[in-house]
Amino acid sequence: MSSQPQVETSPKTWDDIKHTTCYMCACRCGIKVYLKDGTVTYIEGNRDHPVNGGVLCGKGSAGIMQHYSPARLKKPLLRVGPRGSGQFRELEWEEALRLATTWLSQTRNDDPKKLAFFTGRDQSQSLTGLWAIQYGTPNYAAHGGFCSVNMAAAGLYTIGGSFWEFGEPDWEHTKYFMLFGVAEEHSSNPLKKHLGKLKERGTKIVSINPVRSGYSAIADEWVGIRPGTDGLFVAGLIHELLKSGNVDLDYLARYANASWLVIDDPMSDDHGLFARDGDDNPLCYDKTSKSLVSALKPDIAAAIVGEFKLDDGRKAVPAFQLLSKHFLDESYAPDAVTERTGVPAETIKRIAAELAHTAFEEEISLDIAWTDWAGRKHEKTTGRPVSMHAMRGISAHSNGFHTCRMIHILQVLLGTIDCPGGFRYKPPYPKQTPPWLKPSGKRAGNRLAEPLGGPHLGFPTGPDDLLVNRSGSPQRIDKAFSWEAPMAAHGLMHMVINNAAKADPYPIEVLFLYMANMGWNSSMNVSATLKNLTDTNPETGEYVIPKVIYSDAYYSETVPYADLILPDTTYLERWDCISMLDRPISEPDSAADAIRQPVVAPDRDVRPFQDVLIELGARLGLPKFSNEDGSPTYPGGYPDYLVNHERKPGVGPLAGYRGEDGQSFGVGAPNPEQLERYIENGCFHQHHLRDDQRYYKHANNEYNKWAVEMGHRMQGDQIVFQLYLEPMQKFRLAAQGKGSERVPSEHKKRIETYFDPLPIWYMPLEEELAGGEEYPMHAVTQRPMAMYHSWGSQNAWLRQIHGRNWMYVNTQRGQELGIADGDWIWITSPHGKVKAQAKLMDGVNPDTIWTWNAIGKRPGAWNLDPKAPEATKGFLLNHVISELLPERGGYRYSNSDPVTGQAAWYDLRVRIEKAGPDEQGATEPKFEPQRRAEGLRRAPDDVAFTGKKRGGR
Amino acid sequence: MTSLPTAEERSGKKLGLVIDLDTCVGCHACAVSCKEWNTQGYSAPLTDVNAYGSDPVGAWLNRIHSYEVDTEDGQPNRTVHFPRSCLHCEEPACVTVCPTGASYKRAEDGIVLVNPETCIGCKLCSWACPYGAREYDPSHGVMKKCTLCVDRIYNEHLEPEDRQPACVRACPAGARHYGDLGDPDSAVSKLVAERGGYDLLPQSGYKPVNKYLPPRPRRTGTQPEAAKAPKALEALGAGDGSLADQFFKWADKVLTR
Repeated sequence: MSSQPQVETSPKTWDDIKHTTCYMCACRCGIKVYLKDGTVTYIEGNRDHPVNGGVLCGKGSAGIMQHYSPARLKKPLLRVGPRGSGQFRELEWEEALRLATTWLSQTRNDDPKKLAFFTGRDQSQSLTGLWAIQYGTPNYAAHGGFCSVNMAAAGLYTIGGSFWEFGEPDWEHTKYFMLFGVAEEHSSNPLKKHLGKLKERGTKIVSINPVRSGYSAIADEWVGIRPGTDGLFVAGLIHELLKSGNVDLDYLARYANASWLVIDDPMSDDHGLFARDGDDNPLCYDKTSKSLVSALKPDIAAAIVGEFKLDDGRKAVPAFQLLSKHFLDESYAPDAVTERTGVPAETIKRIAAELAHTAFEEEISLDIAWTDWAGRKHEKTTGRPVSMHAMRGISAHSNGFHTCRMIHILQVLLGTIDCPGGFRYKPPYPKQTPPWLKPSGKRAGNRLAEPLGGPHLGFPTGPDDLLVNRSGSPQRIDKAFSWEAPMAAHGLMHMVINNAAKADPYPIEVLFLYMANMGWNSSMNVSATLKNLTDTNPETGEYVIPKVIYSDAYYSETVPYADLILPDTTYLERWDCISMLDRPISEPDSAADAIRQPVVAPDRDVRPFQDVLIELGARLGLPKFSNEDGSPTYPGGYPDYLVNHERKPGVGPLAGYRGEDGQSFGVGAPNPEQLERYIENGCFHQHHLRDDQRYYKHANNEYNKWAVEMGHRMQGDQIVFQLYLEPMQKFRLAAQGKGSERVPSEHKKRIETYFDPLPIWYMPLEEELAGGEEYPMHAVTQRPMAMYHSWGSQNAWLRQIHGRNWMYVNTQRGQELGIADGDWIWITSPHGKVKAQAKLMDGVNPDTIWTWNAIGKRPGAWNLDPKAPEATKGFLLNHVISELLPERGGYRYSNSDPVTGQAAWYDLRVRIEKAGPDEQGATEPKFEPQRRAEGLRRAPDDVAFTGKKRGGR
Repeated sequence: MTSLPTAEERSGKKLGLVIDLDTCVGCHACAVSCKEWNTQGYSAPLTDVNAYGSDPVGAWLNRIHSYEVDTEDGQPNRTVHFPRSCLHCEEPACVTVCPTGASYKRAEDGIVLVNPETCIGCKLCSWACPYGAREYDPSHGVMKKCTLCVDRIYNEHLEPEDRQPACVRACPAGARHYGDLGDPDSAVSKLVAERGGYDLLPQSGYKPVNKYLPPRPRRTGTQPEAAKAPKALEALGAGDGSLADQFFKWADKVLTR
């Protein structure tokens, strides 16, 4: 023992610790960054932070390798070879900014809509959106259209909120938790943290997912459903609950539009709309006064079933009657849906019984007094402790909008919205159903370089709100808010390049992209996308998309296809704002927002994109970015904007520490020391709600008064859940030729079919058009927990965990097909084929194959060795996913949900077969290696990161 | 050969980890956080060879494996995520096999460490360890292994609540616990007792200090112990008319808005 060495147990390997917000994925956890001589040495979670409470995932800890990645761009680049060649010359920033200003200015003067400005998963949409409004182009959106708009839109239209950023389960009190279509992404640390606690408390967790990985692996019950059939499964649950009388009628009468009378007059123009009084209030039948009264009045005995006569003699029925009749149909009975879903009828019946038991036999009551919207005091807050969470597995299907709506309606029927143990909103949600925000940008053919009247993205409530020309043709380049995708609340970023290249609906001049790898894993049909970016006009020889400006921090697959590269910083080198105006980090009991601060200075000639955008705005003379004398409004760049920009008087990007004394929350004069105060507080601010504001926010007087004061809501009235969604019927009526809006004939049938005011299930469109025996299997992807949203740069540590992907096949199905572990197989869709290596597993639905998303890289991209496993064995399914659906009626729609335009990634249908003996060894399709960009050095062979000096030797 | 501290020399303290296989979701947070701390800590550096190349191989002190295992609870089988690192055995073969004394078990807390000054990289220890917990760092020619973050757990520069291994500090699912397994009253010992924590390969006789908590029984609703499961739902009424008609009769109540 005497020989035992002395170990230094208290080394100090840092000389400073700075707080900021993680950006290794979209979850926005608080982090503490340890620094030594200006080098990042360690990153850990911030215990005080509302999102992660101290924990940190593998991505967050690997942030060091992202920050010091050899794929970081070094200086602005101008393309000198053909697109795709990777031939660039380095520019000084002044030259780059001057060039961008020239291109953008010429385009704006010609016709502002010829700029398409789309950003990826950035967190500065309130800035980028404002910039696009001032520029005057209608063609702006972020990545939501190819991510999870169905979840957001269906929730906002139905309950004024949704999952993740909009709300979450009441983790503390819930007694039964259902997880739909959630792999390992979105809300990742909060989910992991709370799943662990639920298991400790003995709360049952049910995961509905074709794949049993990650969260599904630790669930009590895994329901290995067939992709795209979750709507049928949920409908089966609703059927059982209705049939047995296990729905909360009081809750429905009080908080939903159950009693609102729907006009039943098939020949009239208002069939299926709500009967309304002279003040436009929906009507219901009051059993006490035996008369029709405003359904918004409190204390009435509102009938939710029956048939009533309107004053004009026409018939009307309550919305709930229509909904219940719809779901009581035998086609939604468990026995009827079992075959399609692959879920035994007994399982559906049992889960329905468990839901009913938890909701109605295990009601909880908290000693919290609150006042409802009608001023009635309640001594206690009661709740039905069933909660749910759903994400991309539900939304990324062409039937996702309706399925998401069904999940929200299931919660409403059980009486679990914003109650103890149920789903809870996070401020600024709930909002109206839908929020009072219409898409702006409709213009009568003028080409003026003027700002738009308001934000680009919103929530149409009828055909009048669409951005279409008189002929019905789309006004936006992505065709959002047109008859092809009327409720495209997040736009259709996945269609921009395709549409622009085809000049459909019109050509553009400048494509301006930020932080979206559209040349690879963010596009369907990668080859066609690259062709669209490189096609030229045979007459002029010019590219059909003449100019592409791109800002990225890394040498991604998209960089070689752009003309002008504006290199961004890493997330540890810049200011950012997680704003209440955009997507804040609130929790159910608090409103919270956050910042990023630069914890280290860039060692390259790069600039934060937000600074660059603000400067371009000033150079272009855009209102709100330049003063009348031409000087910049925010000479201090993004931090200047964060502190001093006001959306309306007293309301700015950051809600905390406002006012001259820094004491105001939400509304107050700009405080020059605001950022310092955020930094002192760990780079976030959290305003806790009072106890009487915490629950039933949709109908809570005290909460709503506060929400109005904060500017989150226009009015403090009750938010009524929309079981029956009238805006859908308005579109449907238009398609039936009723009303004044003309629907182009080619779209009529589609609108009529899919715009059902009640949630419906239909077969995913690609399966319907190209399923069948030839393509008998579903193919889906999931986000790996250690890589979700962090594939950018191909991190030295994370790539050792996920350096390649496999095609996972159900063991029994694989054996039937003669496929063994490690076999190379062809995955063929109606659109193309991919070759990959198979692995067998039991925990996957037998009709489904799956793989990790975005692991495959183009050879040479991200400054990896062209022989990297990401390129030789890693693969994308994107190559076999078409951006367009097969032709029907002479037209090819985008591969999207017909209601919202959500990219239908998971509708993919394939067949698989073993590759031949001479086809072994590498994935296909093969792409030409990407040339290393100007200024990038060959990546180091070995990394021995000690924090003392930069890795590499 | 290297000798272990004698019973008299040992303090009785057995610092180690308790890993909960019931809540581990296999996210790799512990592995990366470990790598991040230890590449600049006692084990610095944990080299990544060919880091951006065709065959990247780095030294990690903790790795996660996922398995599908058969169970008896009525479901087909289950997926288990299994984090693997040094178990700081009471009778560690990796120490006794070490020809230079570089591998040793600390008397004061039971942590098994490698002294990089005297390790000759002969790899005997990795052959001797049945748990595969040791990793050879080719760039430095020495063995690296979990130190239980010996440079964190006593580190006076860290806040007291942060004086725990990096993997425990980071784990989002709360699946990792750290403490003194030599003290029957410690939180980790109680947890092991409560949840039936077990040793890996107990028959080998190395007496690992780290314990694993088995997955809890799943409440699928189909297993016999679910007798208290709610009764199947029954359709309303027995009156005439369709399902919908019967439902409408039931729902036709006086409901106050």
